[in-house]
Amino acid sequence: MHLILFLIFAAICLAGAINLLVQTHPINSALSLIVVMISLAVLYLMLGAEFLAAAQIIVYSGAVMVLFVFVVMLLNAGREERTLGSKAARRVGLPAVVAVMAVLATLILRAQGLGATTLDPELIPTAELSRVLFHELLLPFEVTSVLLLIAILGAVALARVEGSSVDDAERTAK
Amino acid sequence: MNAPLHLWLIPLLPFAGFLLNGILGGRLPRPLVTAIGLLAPLGAFAVALNPARSLVGLGSGLPPLPYAETLPHPWISAGSLHVDFSIVLDQLSLVMLLVVTGVGFLIHLYSAGYMHGDAGYARYFSYLNLFLFFMTTLVLAGNILLMFVGWEGVGLASYLLIGFWYQKTSAADAGKKAFIVNRIGDFGFLIGIFLLLGNFGTLTFSEIAGKLAAQPAWTGGILTAICLCLLVGATGKSAQLPLYVWLPDAMEGPTPVSALIHAATMVTAGVYMIARLHFLFDRSPYALSIVAIVGAATAFFAATMGLMQNDIKRVLAYSTISQLGYMFLACGVAAYSAAIFHLMTHAFFKALLFLAAGSVIHAMGGEQDMRKMGGLRTKLPVTFWTMTAAVFAIGGFFPFAGFFSKDAILYAAFLQGANGKILWFVGLVTALITAIYMFRLWYMTFFGEMRSHDAHPHESPASMLIPLVILGALSVCGGWIGIERIGDYLAPATGALREQPAGSHLELWLSILAVLIAAEGWLIADKYYRRKPQRPAQLAASVPGLYNLIANKYYVDEIYSALFVRPLLAFSKYVLGWIVDIGILGGAAWLLGGTATFAGAILQRWQSGNLRSYAAWLALGAAAVLIFALILAGHAPGHAALLFTHFDGARN
Amino acid sequence: MYAQNVPLSWYLLLSAALFCLGIVGFLIKRNLITVFMSIELMLNAVNLSFVAFAHQWHMVKGQIFVFFVMMVAAAEAAVGLAIIIAVFRARSTLAVDRIDLMKL
Repeated sequence: MHLILFLIFAAICLAGAINLLVQTHPINSALSLIVVMISLAVLYLMLGAEFLAAAQIIVYSGAVMVLFVFVVMLLNAGREERTLGSKAARRVGLPAVVAVMAVLATLILRAQGLGATTLDPELIPTAELSRVLFHELLLPFEVTSVLLLIAILGAVALARVEGSSVDDAERTAK
Repeated sequence: MNAPLHLWLIPLLPFAGFLLNGILGGRLPRPLVTAIGLLAPLGAFAVALNPARSLVGLGSGLPPLPYAETLPHPWISAGSLHVDFSIVLDQLSLVMLLVVTGVGFLIHLYSAGYMHGDAGYARYFSYLNLFLFFMTTLVLAGNILLMFVGWEGVGLASYLLIGFWYQKTSAADAGKKAFIVNRIGDFGFLIGIFLLLGNFGTLTFSEIAGKLAAQPAWTGGILTAICLCLLVGATGKSAQLPLYVWLPDAMEGPTPVSALIHAATMVTAGVYMIARLHFLFDRSPYALSIVAIVGAATAFFAATMGLMQNDIKRVLAYSTISQLGYMFLACGVAAYSAAIFHLMTHAFFKALLFLAAGSVIHAMGGEQDMRKMGGLRTKLPVTFWTMTAAVFAIGGFFPFAGFFSKDAILYAAFLQGANGKILWFVGLVTALITAIYMFRLWYMTFFGEMRSHDAHPHESPASMLIPLVILGALSVCGGWIGIERIGDYLAPATGALREQPAGSHLELWLSILAVLIAAEGWLIADKYYRRKPQRPAQLAASVPGLYNLIANKYYVDEIYSALFVRPLLAFSKYVLGWIVDIGILGGAAWLLGGTATFAGAILQRWQSGNLRSYAAWLALGAAAVLIFALILAGHAPGHAALLFTHFDGARN
Repeated sequence: MYAQNVPLSWYLLLSAALFCLGIVGFLIKRNLITVFMSIELMLNAVNLSFVAFAHQWHMVKGQIFVFFVMMVAAAEAAVGLAIIIAVFRARSTLAVDRIDLMKL
């Protein structure tokens, strides 16, 4: 059971990732990424991270990817054009990626003591997670919320149009 | 009680004069510049007169000679080499000092009148004082290194003064020639110093003399080598064969400069050096014979060249070279005190000849060619009579100064043996030629009709005439002191003269012969230049080859130019200039710059601004780090453990 | 053959594969938004690896780390997309190769 589930959802992950690379229109790539994220959520669940699985779906695919889709829509991004491109990316980058993959694979396969995962009834409960989060790691948690606030402010400031119609309306109203 | 002699003032006063006139001279009024310029040699002369009291029997309270003063702080103290600033006064240096400062003062006085209207007046006097500083350093030096400082310094002063009118190309070239030829001689001198240091371990004269005295059997060999190297230096400085070529060209300088430097003092430095190191030369008969041969040959050849010159100063220049040859001849037969005696009398009459020639040139408005002169006897009486005294002195007529000193030299040469008699004969023939060309000069300048139509000759001012008169008196009576007394006085410093065979009248007969020869020369000059002035041209036309050879100074300058100067210039221009300077050095610099530029041009393309290529290189770097970590994990698991910390079943 | 338990190394291999696919995407995609999406893919791959290790060694801190990664990734996505919008407004293009002012 465990194995079959893993194989199915791992395959979906990889298929989605490859589809992300293959598609030319960014909206198709975004949708493939959503597929990857959802299947990753299932994998998290199989690894006993129930909270994270939920967070993955809600936050990542539900909020972040929606943001991506909105931006694609806003900017009316079309199919990719054939640009001049970078020869270095092909000649230097792809062999580097192959090397990275090879090294990682070697490390993983050679490592001893990794063992096997189990479909444990003993998942790590959310209560355990939240206890650690709010007791020991309270400061990072609060800092992260500040970080999010800053990110919101930054995003608003960056994406704002100079001299927007809101300001004009305010001026004419005075 | 022995009072200190304050010998340090002798070089220092001229040096102070040099500094004052050199730095401030342009802003000081002329009389002040003159005063500073004259006080320096006068002061030095006065200080030198103090120990000279012993010469006239007033020498009470004077310290005995040799008297040394040394600065307490050592000059060089490196390993075994120890050299001090030490000055030594002995009989030789005292005589030399009196000549240098005395004649020097007279020439300074003359210059005040001669250079009166010149724009570089202060510069002239500062250079003259600089020369005097170095010359006195040379004379007073107690070790050969300090003497070399003075040696080089007088060469420098000579260069500055020859090229005094530097706007004239010929003057600038002459200055360069003098300095460069001197440098060639100085190279030999330096080698001599190195050999001295290597063999004696010291450069102080008294110590070298002491070491030689301790080994009476040490002769020849390395000592000959040292003497020959020093002789090379002396030939350069004293204008002997083969390094004499600079002296005729040096006549481009002002006439008082020619009188001081190139007649009385600087060119005699070579003779002085040999006399100073007589204890070294005495140990090498071979070197001494070379000295004598060089001296005799130079005397003869220079005299022949002087016979054909038409410029009054050039005649005197070749005459100087010739007379210096006599002094070298004297040194070569170990009659050092005779050489010094002739040095002294030569200073008197040669300086007088130059100064009088300057007076003539001044009167002729700058004309120096004797063919355009004539009949000046009546117009310039003082100049005429003083120059006459000098001409008779150089001719060697009794009782003038030159008779006594030249006679002593010829006699000493005659006593030397078979070779000595040959040298004596050469000296005698040279005396004949000397008489001919000096009287030729005398007749062409002062007798006959004035051959130039634009000249308005007038007698010179008093500042120029007074030194002439004083030097004229010295030319008459300067030799009366006699060689015996000079020889005895200088014996502690230069070695004793050879004793003449007792009861022999050889010397008397030889001197009578010399006077007769000189008179014969006078008669020849009288015939060809006064009574039948057209004869010389006819004679020259009858032997054109010989005439041209001598008139062109045996083409020595041309030979030197072809053998040394032009190849050296070509080497400098093509090899050193093009190949080394432009090719190698310039090429190396160009290569460095070019490499940097080239590398920069290549590396610049890496910064394309393209995001993807940057990402690619990032990926490559990450792959490299990972591979490195993998290798590390394989070979050094301990280090790898730092990268991969392994928690084994630690429950949080 | 029908081993019920999946070895941990398979999860890790999957994570490595997703990561490398993310890098490939970063290198070969020409649209700026798609490049950004590849970055998100890389982050997710790393998350998977963290969760896998957390499961194996029973460490809660691993999952908390993933939590924080998610938060920061969200913030980063927001700001990054805002930057992309600003760049689009300035250069009127989303082609990565046309936005090449990061040079001397």
